[in-house]
Amino acid sequence: MILDFIFINLPALVVAVPLLAAFISPLVGRISPAVRKYFVLGATALTAAIAMILAASVYRYGTRIYVFGAMRPDLAVPFDSGGIPIRIMFTVDAMSALMEVIIAVVGLAIVIYSLSADENRSGLEQYYTLMLLLICSSLGMVTTGDLFNFFVFIEISSMASAGLIAYRVEKGRAVEAAIKYFIVSTIAAIFFLFAIAILYGQYNALNIAMLASRMQFSLLDKVALVLLIACLATKAGAVPMHFWTPDAYSLAPSSVTAFLVVASQASLYGLFRYIFTLYNLSLNAATVGWVLIILGMLSMFVGVTMAIPQKDVKRLMAYHAISQTGYMLLGVGTGLAVLGNQPMMDAFGRMAMEGGIFHIINHAMYKGLLFLTAGAIIYRVGTRDMNKMGGLGHKMKWTMVFFMIGALAIAGIPPFNGFASKLMIYESVYLFNPVLAIIAMVVSILTLASFVKVFHSIFMGPELPEYKDVKEAPLPMLAGMAILAAIVILFGFFPQQVVDTLIAPAANALIDQHGYITSVLGGI
Amino acid sequence: MLWNLPYLTVVALIFIGMATILLKRNLIKILLGINILESAVNLLIIALGYREGGVAPIFTLAPSTYMVLPTPQALCLTSIVIGVATSALLLSFTMIIYRKYGTANVDEMRELRE
Repeated sequence: MILDFIFINLPALVVAVPLLAAFISPLVGRISPAVRKYFVLGATALTAAIAMILAASVYRYGTRIYVFGAMRPDLAVPFDSGGIPIRIMFTVDAMSALMEVIIAVVGLAIVIYSLSADENRSGLEQYYTLMLLLICSSLGMVTTGDLFNFFVFIEISSMASAGLIAYRVEKGRAVEAAIKYFIVSTIAAIFFLFAIAILYGQYNALNIAMLASRMQFSLLDKVALVLLIACLATKAGAVPMHFWTPDAYSLAPSSVTAFLVVASQASLYGLFRYIFTLYNLSLNAATVGWVLIILGMLSMFVGVTMAIPQKDVKRLMAYHAISQTGYMLLGVGTGLAVLGNQPMMDAFGRMAMEGGIFHIINHAMYKGLLFLTAGAIIYRVGTRDMNKMGGLGHKMKWTMVFFMIGALAIAGIPPFNGFASKLMIYESVYLFNPVLAIIAMVVSILTLASFVKVFHSIFMGPELPEYKDVKEAPLPMLAGMAILAAIVILFGFFPQQVVDTLIAPAANALIDQHGYITSVLGGI
Repeated sequence: MLWNLPYLTVVALIFIGMATILLKRNLIKILLGINILESAVNLLIIALGYREGGVAPIFTLAPSTYMVLPTPQALCLTSIVIGVATSALLLSFTMIIYRKYGTANVDEMRELRE
């Protein structure tokens, strides 16, 4: 009975648990900080468990919907509403479920890590509240089936991220990074709302499935599409809207940075969701596909070239994060460019999309891992400047191993997961346009070169006298990194199984607009 | 022509807001520009749901059932609440920056330019 109740309400619980925990945690903290620690840990572990059960049920039984305030949670269209879904609803298809698992698992790893990394800071009540809110809002963004609800979650996510970026004031510099990020994302969100207003004014609906079924692709819809793409690409940190990324990523606490990567993937999910589910074949797929490809190529190239001269280790990684976002845009953009052309779709389009989506999950894992190792190094050494580091390999052996795993994965070296997804992207994009694939490979080589340099200047060389009493990172930090590293290796060794069981259904869910509409509105 | 007036106001407000954000150098003025932009979008949403001669969408003791649309008003309320939170956070950031740097001029914030 109680299990049935939990099972029916899973899509709501996955957002409700972190949301409630966010506001209970300061109260629990009144008892003692240690109790709060375990409370936050328990809440994120519970969220991860719920997300996994939900994902398993979605992969097994198909798309789940959850309608708030309805007689039955799966009753999307009330009997007396004339065929219009009037309530706010969550729609969890395979793509949403995949993103949810990524967010929840990385969230868990980060909370474990931050339990010891941020232990001695002041203002931890607010820190954990904002952290849980950020997890909650990212989960909400990927779960929701309602445009306005997505806007609300975007704003919660911006606010929580800005608060966390400014968390260590650092003589005002972190606040400067935060205000830069927040102004950019607020303006983006306002224009997102403008696009919602345009769509609502035409179709009198906010539900994504309803809008998709009524989509005419008039001039106003094109305006709305441009606003949606610009807003979400800004939030995802694609070039040329990337300028907030390096500042925000380098000045936030490391655990926060690792999660900001995932939060930006949630915006990327929104971008793909609206292009594929809302517009799909009604738009000129080749043009929009090429727009995504060009955004991707720019991000890739500008990101990696800006990364090479950096001295600040986290700033360098931030530029690499921009560059890796380019691969996802390239993969999914290629899939979009051939959407509707069945022979080309079968030949390489589907594979390019699978590669792009696989890269999202891989990127979240290895980039999170790299930011966490950078955080561990900064935690022990106390500087972010790589020229001042050196010889840390003697003392921080485990951190070094985890850094190597992350660095090889991001550079696309087998047998780590970055190789698997990049290979899929190269192979399929080569069939589409060889030049794009070659540029992508060159960017990958530059990434490797840059990380070899970083590795050398941080870990290699003789022990420096000023770092004589540096110790290995504390155990909880290592545990957080180990979770992500294990996933990186696991996905690297069994890419085919992962693609078949997790990625292919997600790619299908994006392509199959009709399936999405049917699952919400019933057979039409 | 006249029934387009709300939409023309929206366009004008968006231009004023964007111009303020792009041209002004003082952080407080940039924040005001963001607020103007927000009001423009709120006005657009409300204007979309308006019907001439409609009454407020409250069914109890309603004089007629010819009502303005309630959903845009709900959206607008939510958006106003979000706007308040946004402004508060932005203003508090500005306060900290002014305290640490001694200026609110964006051209003089050079700490992060490398």
